[in-house]
Amino acid sequence: MSNILEVHKVVKTYGNYTALNEVSLTVPKGSIYGLLGPNGAGKTSLIRIINQITLPDNGTILLDGEKLQPKHIQSIGYLPEERGLYKSMKVGEQCLYLAQMKGLSKAEAKKQLEYWFDKLDIKGWWNKKIEELSKGMAQKIQFVVTVLHQPKLLIFDEPFSGFDPVNANLIKDEILELRDKGATIIFSTHRMESVEELCDHIALIHKSNKLIEGKLNDVKREYRSNTFEIGILTDNVEGLMYDLTQKFQVNPAHFKSLNNELKLEINLGTATSNELLHVLTQRGQVTHFVEKIPSVNDIFIQSVSQ
Amino acid sequence: MSILTLIIKREFISKVRNKSFIVMTFLSPLLFVALAAFVGYLSTMRSGVKKILIHDESAFFTDEFKQTDQYHYLNFSDIPLQALKDSVAAEKYEGILFIPKSADNKSLSEDIQYISNESPSASFIEGLQEVIGKKLTTSNLQKAGLDTLAIANAQAKVDINLTKVSGEETVKGLNEIKVIIGGAFGYLIMMFIIIYGNMVMRSVIEEKTNRIIEIIISSVKPFQLMMGKIIGTSLAGVLQFLIWAIVGSILFVIASSFLGMQMSSPTAEMAAASGSDFSATAQLYIREMSNLPVATLLISFLIYFMGGYFLYSSVYAAIGAAVDNETDSQQFLLPIIMPLILGVYIGFFSVLSEPHGTIATVFSMIPFTSPIVMLMRIPFGVPWWQILISVTLLFATFFLVVWFAAKIYRVGILMYGKKPTWKELYKWLKY
Repeated sequence: MSNILEVHKVVKTYGNYTALNEVSLTVPKGSIYGLLGPNGAGKTSLIRIINQITLPDNGTILLDGEKLQPKHIQSIGYLPEERGLYKSMKVGEQCLYLAQMKGLSKAEAKKQLEYWFDKLDIKGWWNKKIEELSKGMAQKIQFVVTVLHQPKLLIFDEPFSGFDPVNANLIKDEILELRDKGATIIFSTHRMESVEELCDHIALIHKSNKLIEGKLNDVKREYRSNTFEIGILTDNVEGLMYDLTQKFQVNPAHFKSLNNELKLEINLGTATSNELLHVLTQRGQVTHFVEKIPSVNDIFIQSVSQ
Repeated sequence: MSILTLIIKREFISKVRNKSFIVMTFLSPLLFVALAAFVGYLSTMRSGVKKILIHDESAFFTDEFKQTDQYHYLNFSDIPLQALKDSVAAEKYEGILFIPKSADNKSLSEDIQYISNESPSASFIEGLQEVIGKKLTTSNLQKAGLDTLAIANAQAKVDINLTKVSGEETVKGLNEIKVIIGGAFGYLIMMFIIIYGNMVMRSVIEEKTNRIIEIIISSVKPFQLMMGKIIGTSLAGVLQFLIWAIVGSILFVIASSFLGMQMSSPTAEMAAASGSDFSATAQLYIREMSNLPVATLLISFLIYFMGGYFLYSSVYAAIGAAVDNETDSQQFLLPIIMPLILGVYIGFFSVLSEPHGTIATVFSMIPFTSPIVMLMRIPFGVPWWQILISVTLLFATFFLVVWFAAKIYRVGILMYGKKPTWKELYKWLKY
């Protein structure tokens, strides 16, 4: 089985409101899967269903080929967006409690905790109360609690909120390491740059429906518009512009460069890049020639505002 | 360890470790005993002797008023009323009983006045009226030419002796004792429900405001969490009650050995006064007390206690889940507290007058009042089938309510921001 999670036509309604309308997802094993969507799109509803917090009205969910059932709680680690800890409980006790709820024995939980406390450099916190910790410190504890029971599937909802850049980087590295060790990560966030950086698969949910799903590169390929950014040094700007507008759609472009060249954004339409290059080389010296690849941000905004 | 025991353990430990719990546990018996001692001390204190002036123009009642510890009566019939009024106004004396000269007893009975700065107590005035009334009655009888002595001898004083069918002699006032025992148990249940139900609610709200709920709920079922909370909190409560019972009885022993000296003297006097009669009555009381269905009482206390507590605290848990903070919970709490208070009132008023009357019987069946009312009835002897129906109803309702509460709980714990209305709660049931 190469897919860790298969969501098949899941429907969830709250009264008259449809939160999920026949949403299907396929999450391949070992991937970092970005679950994107504007606020209120239905991401949290879906995540809660995967975590068996709520039940779907319709549809099936397979985890590692098996129908989702209570024992799978132990195979999933979930870091919700709205997260917190018992304020007056000590760090160590709290971690042990939460780990045991995930089915770990006390001894095993202790062993794992020692490993993680050591790794994240938070050894001295064991007997501190949560209310004595800063927000970022509490976030670290939450991260540990999420991954402690070595789940096959990790679901992070906005994992980086509340972390300073140093700790965010630390957590990012831990996530990548967990992936390398064989875990699959579902990653729900509004931070497109971290999606760009981490995810290899994405899905976009908008207004209770899934709009896009696939490998990040496939999606990008699908959304590419055959547009190139070029920079050219030429004496005869008018002649060049005449040639270009005959064949292509031309817009001014903005990018950083060292030369004082003419910067253009050119949509090829049905033509090939060689044809463009041909025109350009006849008129001047090409200093910049890059295909404009749509960013996740572009794709997100484009599909949501459609 | 199963997840339920894990939750119970955590709830129990977090309650027991709480500073206010520790303080309350050890301080309340002290406070209670201190309060009782204070009240006892206050009741031994007498306010000073009150001097009542009698201005009797008829010279008819002068010797009728007997001096008591509290009231001294002084005959000032010779001094003008105005002078007496002045001295009362100057607060030298408590008041004046003014008896004017009158043509006949009829008008006299209507013309007597009591003049004072502060309004007198009702019992004091009743006392005066009784003395004057008696004297006037005697006078009336004599005027009518009747033999007052013969009438006095003809007055019959009846004292019915209570006996059971079994032939044993019983004592009056036992009903009161029964009500007090049943009432104490019923009251205890009410207090426990309110205190620990609130604790359950607060602990649910705490999880919501801490936002830990979603982490917890991704590992356990909401129902397990709710039951764990209810049981864990009740165990903490039981522990607290046990400590109170132990500390309380130790303090009671200490206190009574201190007070014992003072207490014993009036008792001894009373015993001496009534002679062997008193000790016989005391023995009767003790025998009656031991005849109370103690085993039934204790077992049913436990059953009703559990049933009532679980019933109410699951409602408390549902309320906690429905709201975001304690202030919002008020509107939902009223319907919980009402039946509890109703139960106590019905217990004290209707069970006392008619332990097996319709009202008492009906409310000892209704699940929301039965833990309190039935416990008050049990000392009077309740047919076993009534207890059976009542307990069955209680537990059936308990399961029903837990089911509803769990539904509201399940939806409510993940709802933030808005204070729900009753209508919305109803909608949640259908999610």
